[in-house]
Amino acid sequence: MSVVGVLVRREMSLAWARGGGALLAVGFFAAATVMLPLALGPAPARLAAVSGGVTWVVLALASLLSLDRMFERDFDDGALDLLALGPLPLEVVATIKCLAQWTVSGAPLALAAPIVAVALGAKPAAAPMIFVAAGLGGLAFAFLGGTGAALALASRRGGVLIAVVVLPLLTPPVIFGGVAIENYTSGLPWLTPLCLLAGYALGAVALTPFAMAGACRNAQS
Amino acid sequence: MFAALANPHRFLAFSRWAAPILAVVATGLIAWGVWLGLNVPPDYQQGETVKIMFIHVPAAWTSMLAYACLGGSSFISLVFRHALADAAAKACAPLGAAFTGMSLVTGSLWGRPMWGAWWVWGDARLVSVLVLFLLFLGYLALRASIDDEAKGARAAEILALVGLINLPIIKFSVDWWNTLHQGDSIMRAGGSALAPVYMTPLLLAGAGFSAAFGAMWLVRIRAEIWRRRANSLALQAALA
Amino acid sequence: MITALNVEDLAIQRGERVLFRHFGLRVVAGEAVALVGANGAGKTSLLRAVAGMIRPVIGRIGFDGPAGPLSIDDARRQGCHMLGHYDGLKANRHVRDELVFQSRWCGGTAEAALAAATRLNLTRLLDLEVRVLSAGQRRRLALARLIGAPRPLWLLDEPLAPLDTVSRALLGEVMAEHVAGGGLILAAVHDPLPIPVRTAEIGQ
Repeated sequence: MSVVGVLVRREMSLAWARGGGALLAVGFFAAATVMLPLALGPAPARLAAVSGGVTWVVLALASLLSLDRMFERDFDDGALDLLALGPLPLEVVATIKCLAQWTVSGAPLALAAPIVAVALGAKPAAAPMIFVAAGLGGLAFAFLGGTGAALALASRRGGVLIAVVVLPLLTPPVIFGGVAIENYTSGLPWLTPLCLLAGYALGAVALTPFAMAGACRNAQS
Repeated sequence: MFAALANPHRFLAFSRWAAPILAVVATGLIAWGVWLGLNVPPDYQQGETVKIMFIHVPAAWTSMLAYACLGGSSFISLVFRHALADAAAKACAPLGAAFTGMSLVTGSLWGRPMWGAWWVWGDARLVSVLVLFLLFLGYLALRASIDDEAKGARAAEILALVGLINLPIIKFSVDWWNTLHQGDSIMRAGGSALAPVYMTPLLLAGAGFSAAFGAMWLVRIRAEIWRRRANSLALQAALA
Repeated sequence: MITALNVEDLAIQRGERVLFRHFGLRVVAGEAVALVGANGAGKTSLLRAVAGMIRPVIGRIGFDGPAGPLSIDDARRQGCHMLGHYDGLKANRHVRDELVFQSRWCGGTAEAALAAATRLNLTRLLDLEVRVLSAGQRRRLALARLIGAPRPLWLLDEPLAPLDTVSRALLGEVMAEHVAGGGLILAAVHDPLPIPVRTAEIGQ
């Protein structure tokens, strides 16, 4: 097993253990969407109209809330120093951390998203598109959220600060994913928004590790 | 020019004159622009309310200028590790937030008579400015929540750069989102089809707002430099 | 392979305060240096600067190999162990996982890591979770990576602090072996180290 494999194994096990891993994110996601019919009333037509959008926004929140400890634990217990002196640059370490986060919480959320949306009244035919969009969007959320988590390291405030810092940056993926789901449901062209979402997610994967590594070094110094 | 002004002494000497001159220029330009703007003939569609445009649109322009200045200063500070650039970024953010807020408030005031609502999501420009406002707020929140000044500065710089890269994409995505939902009322304010009688005061007020931003920015950078000097003198006195 | 660490005319600032300036130090292979100084003199900061985590205001930090100066980044990533106040251990993971991860991450093998555990009397603890370990046991677990992953330069910050008498003697043996094998040690200490060392004083 290479040194990358060693790190991947550690990060996966940490991501899984972090606050109950998938359970916490999916639990928040489900609980928050249950609130919706309770607040809006059970009228199926009204719920169906907002099902896709609500699922999408709560998904973004759920992916952000579960990653506030992504760098903070390693920072607090000194492991970030160890990681900084390892054979891989911090940029790669940050990428692996985000991918582990996505595997452990983004993928289960993507699986839960169609179920939740359909339960709210979305057409079952939209389920595959919701799954794909949630998976791609989750990638963008994880990497931008990771950037927020790394930036918040020096502040010791975590969760809410990450959301305040990162949510405005999430405008593009929220729009692209929301439009993709909506267009797919209503029979409009959906490939363009989906490609834009994928492009944005890949751009985030390519660029944010530099910001995360810089933020980690800043917090360490 | 950057190299010459990077020296705080030279910057202080320069800004001591530049800030008041810019302030006078700004006052003149804004007064002229607003005076012309108040005397334009009422728009056939919007009536007298079109005059809010001469505050609203320049404020929106200036808020984007402010973010560009924030991103630029942050980049210089991050790459060249220059303290003055960091002071400039720090001084810039609240100004940017203020201009963005002004643009949002005037946009809302304009929307009330035009659309019959204080806020309409159908206008891409307003939504973009709102997201810009949130970006400024995020920047200020991050900076305020980190006690260690040097670390807070660095983290804020990284965030400003991430935001700068993201900003055109946000703008594109909001515009694109808007064209997809074009059932709602859409108003094209300040488009290129604007008659010269509107364009002249708009440009004058725009230049005036930019100059006002520049003057306030310089003053705030000066204040930040003096604050840092005072801090370091107090520290020296305490340790001596 | 690092054969010498050179620190020249170093000044470090934390916040607004200059901790020290004009600090010079050379540590060569087979040498252990104890860094002494009052609280707040900058011992930890110097170690972190050598490890590349703090950027000095002025001055130079360099690493020599047998064939001349080394790339600083490579020297740090491949030749440098740093053990600070915190052990870098995860409370909810098992001792064995953490031991093997830390050693392998620093370039060692799983076998070497387990051998190091035997050497440091950790074998009985391997299947426990880190959370149940005492401070001294944690420190020994963290020290295991120094043996499990051979790297020439050890930067140790108060390595003795939580250890009992027996463990201190054991660490002394390990350090003596490392130095005898051509290793370099730079340790910030308050108590005297259990091996013969040169002392470098930091601060005014």
